[in-house]
Amino acid sequence: MTGEALVVEGLTKVFNKNLVAVDHVNFTVKEGEIFGFLGPNGAGKTTTINMLITVLKPTGGNAIVCGFDISKQPSEVRNCIGVVPQEYTADEDLTGRENILLCADLYGIPGEDSKKRAQELLELVELTKFKDKQVTTYSGGMRRRLELACGLINRPHVFFLDEPTLGLDVQTRAATWNYIKLLKKEYGMTIFMTTHYLEEADMLCDRVAIIDHGKIVTVGTPDALKEGLGGDIMTLSIKDSDADISKIIEKVPRVKEVKKQDGAYRIKVEDGEETAPTIIDAIRTEGHKVTRLSLTKPTLDEVYLEYTGKSMREEEESKETLFRQRVTMRRARGGGGH
Amino acid sequence: MTQNSNSKNPLHGLWALTNRELKKWYKNPYLFILSIIQPLIWMGLFGRAMNLSAIFTNNPQIPQQFAQQIMRQTFGTADYFSYMSVGILSFVVLFTTMFSGMSIVWDRRLGFLNKVLSTPVARGSILMSKVLSAVIRSLLQAAIVLGFAFVLGLTLGPDFTPLNLLGVFGALFLISLGLSSIFILIAIRSTRWETQMAVMNLLNLPLLFASNALFPTSLMPDWLQAVAKVNPITYATDATRQLILYPIDMTTLIFDFTYLSVFAVVFTVIGILLSWRYLSR
Repeated sequence: MTGEALVVEGLTKVFNKNLVAVDHVNFTVKEGEIFGFLGPNGAGKTTTINMLITVLKPTGGNAIVCGFDISKQPSEVRNCIGVVPQEYTADEDLTGRENILLCADLYGIPGEDSKKRAQELLELVELTKFKDKQVTTYSGGMRRRLELACGLINRPHVFFLDEPTLGLDVQTRAATWNYIKLLKKEYGMTIFMTTHYLEEADMLCDRVAIIDHGKIVTVGTPDALKEGLGGDIMTLSIKDSDADISKIIEKVPRVKEVKKQDGAYRIKVEDGEETAPTIIDAIRTEGHKVTRLSLTKPTLDEVYLEYTGKSMREEEESKETLFRQRVTMRRARGGGGH
Repeated sequence: MTQNSNSKNPLHGLWALTNRELKKWYKNPYLFILSIIQPLIWMGLFGRAMNLSAIFTNNPQIPQQFAQQIMRQTFGTADYFSYMSVGILSFVVLFTTMFSGMSIVWDRRLGFLNKVLSTPVARGSILMSKVLSAVIRSLLQAAIVLGFAFVLGLTLGPDFTPLNLLGVFGALFLISLGLSSIFILIAIRSTRWETQMAVMNLLNLPLLFASNALFPTSLMPDWLQAVAKVNPITYATDATRQLILYPIDMTTLIFDFTYLSVFAVVFTVIGILLSWRYLSR
């Protein structure tokens, strides 16, 4: 198998006949690549991942995962993928090792083999010392590592990670990144991950896709996306915020685009450092006073905002999703229980 | 990297998932002891406190022999404690299986179900592991309760041999298989444990009282008798009573077992079929 680990064509999911969660999504993930899937809450990330891991049935379209059709060959797909869900799914009453062996059995890995693999994986995620302790006593980072180990038990070809660092502290997050990089480097694994943290995507992912309102709005390498913004971003406010000075700014040379967002102006410029004074002069000549100005070199955050807008989302998350997220956050902080 | 472990055994994961459920129970001594104590309390309260036999046998105006006869005619045995303690066996099964639906609701809420669904484990095995663990738990609990009943003075019937115990547990196996399939079916799409609790509260006592577990159906009003006649608990109780207390009547015993088998098979099959459909949306 060479080339594509994941081919998604027109994938669509409609809930209750009218709620379009994922709308004709197309993308491909290359073999051995770390692919990031970004988007606001309720954009369709989890729904997409759930279809790819054969937990949800697509309403339309299709996807090929490691050469198998998710609708027609779900068992084959399940055998070649590993999944680390957003939630902490390890059984708290069992020990770390027992949890891994439970996962092994779910894949039908024979006893001898599974013991050997469990040993290897516990070493990989540095949990050997705690393998016989109940999961209730684990910290958030240890739980996350245990989830990684469980997901790797069948030596997957494509590894799905849903929000792998949600709720973790800075150190643990960095450690998790290292494991993900290791998987790509040592085993050449293809990794598909969703995340809310853009610096995480920027650092880890070879390519990212941004999804919003169930549609893919852009795909590319983080660098290409940043360059695609066409320059630096300048944000500027004036004293008399009712007046619209977009026209004035647009006339300044090397200004590529002006958008008025939430009372401030978001300006795309080339050579921000040199253009900024020219813009201020132009505004002053027209009798307005600049009260605030900031200049940022493009980051993935800017790319993200460019495509998904800055306004707060009044997304309707289901009670169930919110409940799970609360549990995840609590467990990430090392708390136990339901 | 992808040396895929395609298992030859289509039932892989079934026992691992069942054992996961059971471990929650036997690794938690409080839960274990409480689940045994509850039926024992019932047995003490109903069998000893509400001593129906005493109404007749302690009344000096009723001759002893006559009193015994009334008891025999009503309960089939002179001793209400024996009558009731066998009925409690079905009660144990009912109350244990009822909770089996709860765990699938929690698995869904906590994301475990999604994780299992993403593995190649058979969809039917996911449901059957819940059923099996409920069956094993209820049979073990019933065995312990039966042991206590012996100690507390259960009078064995004339036809009793240790071999009959096989039949007793056979009947209890069938009823628990059917009941747990029903309760899991009710829970299979639910995300709210509150709903599940409400359903359980609605069903448990009516199912228990509209049967012969504590009182003979022949003395009940007609409409209640009609309910008791379809209630599988009636048949499980009748079969176990015949095997432990009564002289055995082969025709009714065979009918009891037929009814229980059909009940168990029908609901287990429906459960497996619907789990294919409804576990993934």
